[in-house]
Amino acid sequence: MAMSKKMLEQEPSEIEMLLPFHAAGTLNPRDSRRVDEALARDSELARQYAVIREEYAETIHLNESLGAPSARAMHRLFAAMDAEPRRERSSSLNLFARLIRFFGSLSPRTLAWSGSVGATVLLLQAGVIGAVLLDNPNSSLQMASPAGPPNELKTRDAGAGAPLRALVRFKPDARAAEITSLLDSYHASIVETKGGLFRLQFGHSALTKDGVAALTEKLQGEKIISLALPAS
Amino acid sequence: MSAAQAASDDVLIARIAQGDRLAMQVLYGRHHVSVFRFGLRLVRDEQVAEDLISEVFLDVWRQAGKFEGRSAVSTWLLAITRFKALSALRRRNDVELDDEAAGAIEDASDNPEVAVQKKDAGEVLRKCLMALSPEHREIVDLVYYHEKSVEEVGEIVGIPENTVKTRLFYARKKLAGLLKAAGVERGWP
Repeated sequence: MAMSKKMLEQEPSEIEMLLPFHAAGTLNPRDSRRVDEALARDSELARQYAVIREEYAETIHLNESLGAPSARAMHRLFAAMDAEPRRERSSSLNLFARLIRFFGSLSPRTLAWSGSVGATVLLLQAGVIGAVLLDNPNSSLQMASPAGPPNELKTRDAGAGAPLRALVRFKPDARAAEITSLLDSYHASIVETKGGLFRLQFGHSALTKDGVAALTEKLQGEKIISLALPAS
Repeated sequence: MSAAQAASDDVLIARIAQGDRLAMQVLYGRHHVSVFRFGLRLVRDEQVAEDLISEVFLDVWRQAGKFEGRSAVSTWLLAITRFKALSALRRRNDVELDDEAAGAIEDASDNPEVAVQKKDAGEVLRKCLMALSPEHREIVDLVYYHEKSVEEVGEIVGIPENTVKTRLFYARKKLAGLLKAAGVERGWP
């Protein structure tokens, strides 16, 4: 007998109650596999799942039709923040420790997705880029970095020996993942951001004049870059 | 939400805890629409929902240093939004609010029965979703629209995980009943 029918008359089964979460993609791999197996062998359950997918789609449609708030809410928020007592920047707040705690709290599925410590570093850089892309273009991004000058963002050690630095502007439709991938393929790191421009450093050793020209030209040819200039 | 965005949100909260207004702007830009829509579905009043946004993010500004990162920032924001929305609802007469809200949120589209006659099943479904009780509305929205897991919904609503699952099931049964009353048979239940 189909389990879904029985559940509707009495209590729902565990699998039936998981169907909406399966449709939304929020189940862990084990539960997701259980639901898939149940759907494959129970046609009643599969029919109900089709109904759930309609509900899912229309709930999104309904919420998207609610529109967005006016700018009044943001003005009110920042006015209220201005009225708050000024706070001291806490030197005891350890950003790194917070990030370690965050990654420690990720589910095995998420960590598996992340893949490796290297990928985790990329994620952090992607997060920083994402924040910059959303920033006010006239502002720069700061992170806690006691040794660096203000407005300087260090994601990797700049090293010594005047390696190539370039000013790069990414195209507006460039995605954080694409930028991260590009940085990785060029062994580049973000040194500074200002006014929508990124100052990037490439590797740790100096390049010849021809090497600089070739690399700059190659950068200019990247589909997500709109401007690339050698910089100090 | 991707792990990359979750990590980035966590960085923003750390910066907000240090009084970084720019980080606040970024976090606001990223989440204010979601907060607004969740709040609006609960309070059913656009002005109140807009007020909720500034209240929620002001709480974030004040409390960022206490955020422990045990849940996603978006989950934390929705939990604050829910708390603020329920407080706002308590400040008003519920009956009066329901009457007002029904009028305020009503749009020019057809009612469920008329929509059925026009065979717009999607519109009927949306009308019935709007007619669910606040308790059922919030759980449907959190799972389907805000894509929260069983654990996260439990955290936001403050109920055990099993209750999250059964409450959603009964919300869906209620929805099926409303659809049936509007003349829509979907083969379930």
